[in-house]
Amino acid sequence: MGLIRSYRLRLQRKRWRIRAFRKRRELKQVVDQTRLIRPDDILLYCTQRNEKVRLRYFLDYYRKMGVGHFFFVDNGSADGSLEYLSEQPDVSVWTTRASYRRSRFGADWLNWLQMKHAHGHWTLTVDPDEFLVYPFCDTRPLRALTDWLDASSIKSFSAMLLDMYPKGRLDDQPYQSGQNPIEIASWFDSGNYSLRRNSKYANLWIQGGPRMRVFFKDAPEKAPALNKIPLVKWDRRYVYVSSTHMLLPRGLNQVYDEWGGEKASGVLLHAKFLDTFGSKAKEELERGQHYAGSVEYKAYAASLQDDPQLWCKWSEQYINWRQLEILGLMSKGNWA
Amino acid sequence: MTVGIVMLVHTALDRAEQVARHWAANGCPVVIHIDKAVPTKARDAFVENLATVPDVVFTTRYRCEWGTWGIVAASQAGSELMLARFPNVRHVYLASGSCLPLRAVSELVSYLAARPHTDFIESATTADVPWTVGGLDHERFTLRFPFSWKRHRYLFDKAVAVQRRLHMKRRLPAGVVPHMGSQWWCLTRQTLSAILQDPDRAEYDRFFKRVWIPDESYFQTLSRKYARRIESRSLTLSKFDFQGKPHIFYDDHLQLLRRSDCFVARKIWPHADRLYEAFLIDAGTALKRTEPNPGKIDRVFAKAVERRTRGRSGLYMQSRFPNEDWENGVTAAPYSVFQGFSDLFDNFEPWLGKATGVRVHGHLFAPDHVHYSDDQSTINGALGSSAAVRDYDSKAFLTNLIWNTRGERQCFQYGPNDNQDICWHIAKDPNAQLSMITGAWAVQLFKSNQDFADIRRKAAMLQKIESEQIKIFRSPYTKARVRIWTMAEFIEAPIEPLQSILEQIGQTRSHRVSEVPKMVDLRGFGQFLQNLKNQGMHPYLMGDFPIEQDVAMPQKPPRKPYLVQ
Repeated sequence: MGLIRSYRLRLQRKRWRIRAFRKRRELKQVVDQTRLIRPDDILLYCTQRNEKVRLRYFLDYYRKMGVGHFFFVDNGSADGSLEYLSEQPDVSVWTTRASYRRSRFGADWLNWLQMKHAHGHWTLTVDPDEFLVYPFCDTRPLRALTDWLDASSIKSFSAMLLDMYPKGRLDDQPYQSGQNPIEIASWFDSGNYSLRRNSKYANLWIQGGPRMRVFFKDAPEKAPALNKIPLVKWDRRYVYVSSTHMLLPRGLNQVYDEWGGEKASGVLLHAKFLDTFGSKAKEELERGQHYAGSVEYKAYAASLQDDPQLWCKWSEQYINWRQLEILGLMSKGNWA
Repeated sequence: MTVGIVMLVHTALDRAEQVARHWAANGCPVVIHIDKAVPTKARDAFVENLATVPDVVFTTRYRCEWGTWGIVAASQAGSELMLARFPNVRHVYLASGSCLPLRAVSELVSYLAARPHTDFIESATTADVPWTVGGLDHERFTLRFPFSWKRHRYLFDKAVAVQRRLHMKRRLPAGVVPHMGSQWWCLTRQTLSAILQDPDRAEYDRFFKRVWIPDESYFQTLSRKYARRIESRSLTLSKFDFQGKPHIFYDDHLQLLRRSDCFVARKIWPHADRLYEAFLIDAGTALKRTEPNPGKIDRVFAKAVERRTRGRSGLYMQSRFPNEDWENGVTAAPYSVFQGFSDLFDNFEPWLGKATGVRVHGHLFAPDHVHYSDDQSTINGALGSSAAVRDYDSKAFLTNLIWNTRGERQCFQYGPNDNQDICWHIAKDPNAQLSMITGAWAVQLFKSNQDFADIRRKAAMLQKIESEQIKIFRSPYTKARVRIWTMAEFIEAPIEPLQSILEQIGQTRSHRVSEVPKMVDLRGFGQFLQNLKNQGMHPYLMGDFPIEQDVAMPQKPPRKPYLVQ
């Protein structure tokens, strides 16, 4: 990489930082419990809007995994989720009514909060419908992973988004608060992903899965990106460039081996396709606050009207992380 | 007689305390060295907690940075104190704060008592064994290392390069033969005191202070001078990964560690509560006299290193995306590609499927959609049949297909009508087995009901594409097993190639070609080719076809081939 290009990326990183700094004014603090954070706590960052029904299980899941403190940005919820979050003992909450799109889909807000609070911590950035699975997650807490990453001088950990869906119509089984959404949306596509290298940021760009198979089969280039780097040993100089797909400095995106070996990686189980999806898609379509003119939601709305069936004969049912490892969706790398 | 433990501690002091108590309670005196970098407060608490425990003493503190002399200095100080303070110690065991005894201490004591003159220290000559993982070996002793490898990697590398260039070398002290090995050893009083009381010790120390990672070579080299009997292995189970850092043990390794029968393991994750609970109990049961047997653990970790460095062939995923030609195999398993066969034979696909029992697809790369076997719309791994998705990344389509169907051989048809982007990938893949009848695409045109001008145009185009293909498949970069026949050649003796194809696919079923696929009726084909020629479009890929050939169909089954079972 030439000096000029690396300098350009440096300028871009600074620009995102300044932008995040300016966007701080859109955030209003509701609950501040950040003084409870211990120096070695693992932090979780999340933006949410009207996701109350999911929050109980979400918080439980990550508490059990060993997350020490939660940071939430609430984007104008009206379903009581803000109040619910405010009552939690380990959650700090900010609220805003500003545009989700103009904050680059929440990245600016979270970049600011991370700059301010996450320096030196392992930091997990996920959505309320994303559930991290990593090697040995059934026997080892998240701290074991971050300790190992520290010992190996690895600063970022990749976890690809794996779309989960139910068998049958999406609205067949209503989701109850506190329930494990993977009980309903327990199926996934195991082997139809395509990857390419993004030469500018050195990250991989992954597309595929049920969304490409069903919604974007005629326009695959529009299918959503599935590559994510949610777990980072944060430094105040880092920024997320676009959602959690990539970061700057770009060395953090080098989560894959280029010489034939496998680095350790996990999976984010994406429990988006529940009975709540239909109304969510409709609402998001009206708001027009999503990526690329909400092209995704338009495609969903069009396809979902006639036959909301993502399941096919070759779908795999989720069992555990070892299954994902064998299928080649994630890897233990040299962690044993 | 007993065993003395010299323990080097720098983090997880609570765990170190637990282990020190365990050793002491079982009659082993413990000398603890605390890293100078440990904050005073933490150290004071640690010392105070252990103050009441008899036979636990503390030694002078050094700064133990990785790869520096401090670790050796600490071991020397600890050993000297141990030998002076505890006269009934016969073996001294060097351990770290994150070591955990796996077997009852009494078993270790009796094991060592049965071998009173044996030193357990891994010690290999640098000349014969590439002991280090990708690093320096002999040069550790002959170069100088003014810069820290951890903090100033660039300067470190440069300094090494410059010294190599200038052929700079340090002189080894007389009588020193460089040996290296695991830094965790167990030496007898005789050997250890001989090393520590050597009249030339000052000279050796001066030399090793400038050696890189002296803790892996100081005692390993000097013990060779004095030891009566060296067992060149460490009693501490300690596995290193490809970067030379130790693997860490967690709760889920409990059974593996139990079965290893090793005395001490390193390194234990400080929060592995179950391991500490399970192993730090006083096992007053009958003594096991088994030898340590770390084979199984070795395999687990060797596999992990293999996965990290070589990975799974044919897998492309978020954390394995090899550069071109670094894939260790483009695809996961062997597969067969057939070009021209389904044009020449009416029922080639069902015939091949029946004869071999493998999955035979149609034209996977056809322009309209993916033609899977049995007209399926999706296949293993939920791989769809959309042509747009396939062409978006045709290499991923192929590698996904082969990965998803591991364990079941795939065959598919290919041709000049199909997506050509995949040609080079197939050609460079050693797993591909390509059988090609050139010019067979003309049969389709011959049978089609189109205007001759269209046919001519189409034929010219297909011929051009196929000759490009042939160029690719015959290039010196091709690693696939390629066999090419012209159509005329093939028709003359079709049985032999078919038989060899079946043999190559080589499924276990015994197959004699009892039934041959039905060849299409080629009467008039020679004239058809002549017509093309007459129009100025010379079809040459078919080989020499006589104008009026009475193409002899192999109607009767051929003689049975001899198969050796």
